[in-house]
Amino acid sequence: MINSISILAGQNKEGHKEEFRRIDIYTGEIIGIVGPTGSGKSALVEDIEQLAQSDTTTKRRILINEQVPDPALRFDPKKKLIAQLSQNMNFIADMTVEDFLKLHSKCRGKDPYLVEKIIYHANLLTGEPIKKEMNLTVLSGGQSRSLMVADVAFVSDSPIVLIDEIENAGIKKHEAMKLLSGSGKIVLIVTHDPLLALLTQRRMVMKNGGINKVIQTSQEEKDLCTQLYQIDKALFRVREMVRSGAEVVTDFDFGNTQSKEFELIA
Amino acid sequence: MKTIIVAGTPGAGKTAVLLNTVKHLKAQDKNISVVKIDCLYTEDHIRFRKMGVPTLLGLSKDMCPDHFTIYNLGEMVEFAGNNGSDMLIVETAGLCHRCAPYTSNSLGVCVIDATTGPNTPLKVGPFLSTANVVAITKGDIVSQAEREIFRERVLEMNPGCRIIETNGLTGKGAAELSKCFTEAAGFDYSEERLKHNAPFSICTLCVGETRIHQKHHRGVIRHIDGIQEYIGE
Repeated sequence: MINSISILAGQNKEGHKEEFRRIDIYTGEIIGIVGPTGSGKSALVEDIEQLAQSDTTTKRRILINEQVPDPALRFDPKKKLIAQLSQNMNFIADMTVEDFLKLHSKCRGKDPYLVEKIIYHANLLTGEPIKKEMNLTVLSGGQSRSLMVADVAFVSDSPIVLIDEIENAGIKKHEAMKLLSGSGKIVLIVTHDPLLALLTQRRMVMKNGGINKVIQTSQEEKDLCTQLYQIDKALFRVREMVRSGAEVVTDFDFGNTQSKEFELIA
Repeated sequence: MKTIIVAGTPGAGKTAVLLNTVKHLKAQDKNISVVKIDCLYTEDHIRFRKMGVPTLLGLSKDMCPDHFTIYNLGEMVEFAGNNGSDMLIVETAGLCHRCAPYTSNSLGVCVIDATTGPNTPLKVGPFLSTANVVAITKGDIVSQAEREIFRERVLEMNPGCRIIETNGLTGKGAAELSKCFTEAAGFDYSEERLKHNAPFSICTLCVGETRIHQKHHRGVIRHIDGIQEYIGE
């Protein structure tokens, strides 16, 4: 059982110690990782993925349940507690969706009946339905990403989920996050997307390779996030209309977006 | 002297992974020498030299690069010895999936690219199945599911290996790999044996025949139906 992970300070790219002693993250939390390109976001994700023990370039240490993790958790791939959704948008394996999901379920010791369930949930995230007889390599970016999300949620069912840039996909981000965070998981998400960043409870701001500060999501930000969610849903609908060749009928409620909160991001 | 032999398909990321690993070893003040084997051309040896590591380049030209590596191991050990090194890292060209240049007491490291698809571990043969350590590269550009299937397939072919997920760009896995290097067994050139026999290459093509027709070929030949025969005197 995992109750918490802790990040113990390491150093930034100039070798200066990070200005915190330790950051504790508890089960059920969704934490954002933000910062410009090259600020060290991916390195932080890798530190957590590898359960670093001062042996990566950042010199950070990661604790699980306040303790140094058992080396088997680090080195035995079958015992890994972490599922990672990286930035890739396409599958490389040349096989059908069904065969692929069955093979993956088998690797993870899961029941192959999961296939229908995974496809069902993936299709809730994308505009174009995925069918089980389709070849993985012909899936669109949005379909692939949806399937990856559903697969991580049901097959690579791990207590810690690391997500790198879910936004670049044209999928329903909010729903994807809900599916991934599930119950009792720790979710860390690298993002430039305002909706996702504000959906988290806290966000770590990266700068020059180090964690520069941690911002607690304020009530104002949470309210803004609700507004952004409505805009995002409307955009998704319009995108699907354009895609399917339909004439765009607007039921986009612009009145709502002209509120004070919306002006914050304008 | 510890001897590390690194094999893997071209472009898998052997050099990138090794450069990161060498950085860790240098930080621990290890005295290492590198030998880079390639077939026709490479500039990779310059990258190792730029890191301040004595590096020897061997081009196998017409000879099978793995046979070339095995045949020249003694000279490589001597090179490392002359540099006062206690560790020799040999990066092979590794091309045909049939050879495995690992020896009984060297640390055999197979570098394999996750983007080549889930069937690759089943195809590559002894350089994977007889390796001590398997470094999987480019895992960041495939999905979690594909990574897990790939890993499972590697374990199917080599159940006892240590798998390290590496990234040549960010240096992920390099610390773990460098630890394996420093824990490698001692290597005794005069006693070493190959873990897996090299394939025979004794036909007329090996000595330069360019005509195609079957009547021109002699030696130990295998037909497409699997039947093997000796043609000659």
